Amino acid sequence: MAEDEKPEEPWEHDLEDPEPFHHESAHPAHSRRRGVPALYGIMAEFDNPTALVAAARSSYEAGYRRINGYSPYPIEELDEAIGFKHTTLPLIVLIGGILGGLGGFFMQYWMAVINYPLNVGGKPLNSWPAFIPITFECTILAAATAAVLGMLALNKLPQPYHPVFNNPNFALATRDRFFLVIEANDPKFTHGEAMQFMRTLGARDVSDVEV
Amino acid sequence: MVSYAPPASIARFQRLALIVGIVFTALFVVGYFLDHDQFFHSYLFAFSFWAGIAIGSLALLMLQHLTGGGWGFVIRRVLEASTRTLPFVALLFVPIVLGAHSIYSWTHPEHVAQHPALVLKSKYLNLPFFSIRAVVYFAIWFLLTFFLNRWSKLQDTTAERQFNKRMQTLSGPGMVLLVFTVTGASIDWFMSLDPEWYSTIYGFVFVASWALSALAFVIAVMASLAKHEPMNVIVAQLHFHDLGKLLLALVMLWSYFAFSQFLIIWSANLPEEIRWYLPRTKGGWGVIAVSVIVLHFAFPFLFLLSRSLKRNAGKLVLVASLILVMRLYDLLWMIAPTWTGEHFRVSWMDVVAPIGMGGLWLAAFARSLMNRPLIPINDPQYESVLQQGQAHAGH
Repeated sequence: MAEDEKPEEPWEHDLEDPEPFHHESAHPAHSRRRGVPALYGIMAEFDNPTALVAAARSSYEAGYRRINGYSPYPIEELDEAIGFKHTTLPLIVLIGGILGGLGGFFMQYWMAVINYPLNVGGKPLNSWPAFIPITFECTILAAATAAVLGMLALNKLPQPYHPVFNNPNFALATRDRFFLVIEANDPKFTHGEAMQFMRTLGARDVSDVEV
Repeated sequence: MVSYAPPASIARFQRLALIVGIVFTALFVVGYFLDHDQFFHSYLFAFSFWAGIAIGSLALLMLQHLTGGGWGFVIRRVLEASTRTLPFVALLFVPIVLGAHSIYSWTHPEHVAQHPALVLKSKYLNLPFFSIRAVVYFAIWFLLTFFLNRWSKLQDTTAERQFNKRMQTLSGPGMVLLVFTVTGASIDWFMSLDPEWYSTIYGFVFVASWALSALAFVIAVMASLAKHEPMNVIVAQLHFHDLGKLLLALVMLWSYFAFSQFLIIWSANLPEEIRWYLPRTKGGWGVIAVSVIVLHFAFPFLFLLSRSLKRNAGKLVLVASLILVMRLYDLLWMIAPTWTGEHFRVSWMDVVAPIGMGGLWLAAFARSLMNRPLIPINDPQYESVLQQGQAHAGH
């Protein structure tokens, strides 16, 4: 209802464009294709991992950069084939580990030296060798937690909806089908050219993916 | 089809190792006439390092038979060659029995008589039983080595799949036997240097550290083999990545065992236990202890966290070499203070002995490495490992 009261943008009066979807797509790749639902990308479907990796490699070599592969199980070469090099995850894990280690050590230091000093066997209050096992455990705990949470955050998970689910065959990605998507927000992406290119990859099917 | 015949460079390396070995062994033998007690002390130190690489290789060989995987497949022939030096290692052990009087205080009846605990221990710690146990340890290691190498060779000639199954079946119980025998050997040969002192985790420190030095050695060998034909066809970045991960795991395992021993003894602070650490944490020995913590644990640990370092054979081999050098420091720190006490003193023989024995051992290793193709091509893993290697080599 609030939608109706909003002053409408001039392009929304385009007569060729009666679709209800159009106002969602401010992206140039979509505005060029008014009249159809907004485009997420183009998906090619393969029978085996080797074909997927080969296709990913040729897409990367053709200059596409926003490529993604989907497969039932991890394929070691795939991340390299789609030009996926670095993530910030190792850094997040390292920072988590360092903070966990420092936190674990100073928690014990604070308890043993400041909060509740107790003479154990005549040893100094700051008996650091005794703190090491718990410091180590806290390092691992924090690093592992940072790894899981950081992975979820970087993957934008949990994600109950994703455009690729619109392709009816995509359910096979958890069984025996392998998919390659060139996303529409790729700088090099134009619909016609990308479609033509993907048809040369030897896929069993190539189709649009709607948002 | 590639033949994977060993390259000629191994023969050149063998000649060099043999020359170095003979020259330094000759120098070392001169030491016997100058100070024969020190000769045997240094000899035991050198033996603890080089025997560890051969025995640790046996552990890694069985480990990779149990786990499978490309990393184990590509290093299998190097490990097998290393285990085939065990007869030579057994020969190297003989002087330790002959010089036991210079090494072990429990061989002196007048010393034993003064220490009630040693009187009780003398049923175990006496030279005949010590020698029998050594024969048993070596016999078990020989049997494991013999069958694993024989079946591997039969696999090459007959191309039958059953040999994989056999090697795998032997490796399970073999691994258990190896842990028990290495525990026994390390207690007999090294812990009994101070016969009144004891540590229950001592055997595991040696299990971990011998496996660690064997792995560091194998990484160094692979890094030089992978540069040339025929191994450059099959050995890829991802294999070094996996070996690097295993190296990190073993560095941590060794640190865990070594630190556990220290923490427990330090916490209890009992006179009969802490006396092992007191001379080893003072003066020059204390400096070595700190350098072992920094260079044997902290540096390798931090470096090996890096993914790109593990995938770079040239850099990984630097870390592996650092670990090998630090293994020598650590063994010296464990063994030598037995006789020097807290006075830091390193004999020239402690330098000459590991080089001399190392030259001879490396020559024996190179000789057995030349005997067989460097890759067991009839192994079921061959095709998939080759494909992996080529997929990576192309990029």
